[in-house]
Amino acid sequence: MDKRPDTTPDTTLAPAPRSMLRAIPKRAAKYPLLVVMAAAFIACVMAIFVFADFLAPYHYTTQDLPNRLKPPSFLGGPEQYFLGTDELGRGILSRLIYATRFSIFVAILGTGIGAVLGTFLGFVAAHFRGWVEETLMMLVDAQASLPFMLIALAVLAFFGNSFTLFIIIMGINGWENYARLTRGMVLSANTHGYAVAVRSLGAKPSTVYFRHILPNIVSILIVQFTLNFPGTILLETSLSFLGLGIQPPLTSLGQMLGAGRAHLLFSWWIAVLPGTMIFLTTLSISIIGDWLRDKFDPTLRNR
Amino acid sequence: MNFRFIAVKLFRALITMWLVITFAFLVLKLSGDPIEIMLGDEAEPDVVEYYRVLYGLDRPIHEQYIKYFVGIAHGDLGFSLIDERDVVEMIFEAVPNTLFLGGIALAISLVIGIPLGIIAALNRNKPVDRFVMTFAVFGFSIPNFFLGILLILMFSLWLRWLPSSGMGTVWHIIMPAITLGTSAAGSLARFARSSMLEVLNKSYMRTATAKGVPRRQRIQWHALPNAAIPLVTILGFRIGDLIGGSIVTEAVFAWPGVGRLLVSAVTAKDLAVVQGILLMVAFTMVIANLLVDLIYGWADPRVRTSAVMDKE
Repeated sequence: MDKRPDTTPDTTLAPAPRSMLRAIPKRAAKYPLLVVMAAAFIACVMAIFVFADFLAPYHYTTQDLPNRLKPPSFLGGPEQYFLGTDELGRGILSRLIYATRFSIFVAILGTGIGAVLGTFLGFVAAHFRGWVEETLMMLVDAQASLPFMLIALAVLAFFGNSFTLFIIIMGINGWENYARLTRGMVLSANTHGYAVAVRSLGAKPSTVYFRHILPNIVSILIVQFTLNFPGTILLETSLSFLGLGIQPPLTSLGQMLGAGRAHLLFSWWIAVLPGTMIFLTTLSISIIGDWLRDKFDPTLRNR
Repeated sequence: MNFRFIAVKLFRALITMWLVITFAFLVLKLSGDPIEIMLGDEAEPDVVEYYRVLYGLDRPIHEQYIKYFVGIAHGDLGFSLIDERDVVEMIFEAVPNTLFLGGIALAISLVIGIPLGIIAALNRNKPVDRFVMTFAVFGFSIPNFFLGILLILMFSLWLRWLPSSGMGTVWHIIMPAITLGTSAAGSLARFARSSMLEVLNKSYMRTATAKGVPRRQRIQWHALPNAAIPLVTILGFRIGDLIGGSIVTEAVFAWPGVGRLLVSAVTAKDLAVVQGILLMVAFTMVIANLLVDLIYGWADPRVRTSAVMDKE
């Protein structure tokens, strides 16, 4: 697939240098309001991810037993806990900040592993063709036809829960999308003039694939990354919510929500705040992902 | 419908099934000694040996594999060492409840999603369209478990209108079905909209306009049937999502279905039940996908030929 001239300055993916930061408000006017709001929210989440240690007033395990299950300070709770406390007197705001960092960390790592693995296998399938391709595509079909939640639960049941295994599960989720996409794009790129030219100059296959074809398809893979990212967050939070993912004393947004269920009646904020955080994060990424897909794929425009 | 098309689809379905069974077998073998899990590691060696022979675990691996396969072919999914019951029996007790919940959720998502998508397409870029699309994005971005918790908080704990868990009366089904149906409704609305928009841009729609077919008839007889074709495939995918979503939804509302059985089996490390459910859901999904492919091939003649050409 050809690289299209990239006419849209991208404020959402790369951290903008200082001079660009000042230009953002002017440029933002050109984008839909919803996309700007989503991008701003994701920027906040990323700031929390990076600066969690500076932002959180307490550590996420710090307990304050006299102040258990207190409501947020604006609803009449103690002043030092802006968003209230949980059943062990731990500040919800601090836990929310660390949980966000942890959930985002797991999601980035998981989606990244899936992207690298799937892209690599896509190249392998397109390069070797024949039975290698058949086998890989069969695996792709098999995984795509099963709800991944089920596979994840089965693997957790059979092998027990450990952090490494959990990350691997997150990585296996979604690899098939990249494999399918990459295989198709590489097959078509192989017939293009530039690939044929480089090859006839005597370049090794690895040079053709990674120096010439990969840069041309990477934009589509990035879009796929943003489309898969919310799915990974949802998988992590769902499993942690069921008590089968991230285990205490570590905390993630899903784990907080699951633990907060027990106190729903009198202390709803323990469950509702992390839930809102998950919802807004996946919503924002979906909005940006949709928008990016429309930008990169003109055939889908106006839909 | 031609024979070759059916044969190719059937072959793929069988291969997927075989892969899943092999996966379940391998994982079961890799996960450790079931006798040790059952008896603990302080059991007498000859007791352990007795059970190994009893369950055929002393046999070479390929014999066990064939025995496993034959067992599944006879509808034997093993025995739960924790509940001391037949796995098939436990699953069959839970299946009707899940089907009931899933069926109502699917109905809700169809009744809400498809008309909304079509209305959005017919009013493209107007406020109605934007409103519907915003609703759709919200619908499929909100996690099942969070929506469930919000509904429980609102209607069970604060308003005290609806029961928060279990099943029995009509009132019990309302919140789980809405929770499960919302995300499917959101994505169905989007697909219905894009499918409809594509058809509306086709040349035969222009022809129909040119020869003076009234708008209502154009939409009803020319646009809708053609827009419905891709929706059949999407529906196939949604069934998978519904099964995935029902796992969490059933856990939230303590709905006594397959999802809750699975979660409690995973928590209790009841491996026989887990692999039984894995195989059963895989089987259901394979059959559902096969049916979707066949319906698709029947509804759209172009697919029949192209699918076979792909394979060649």
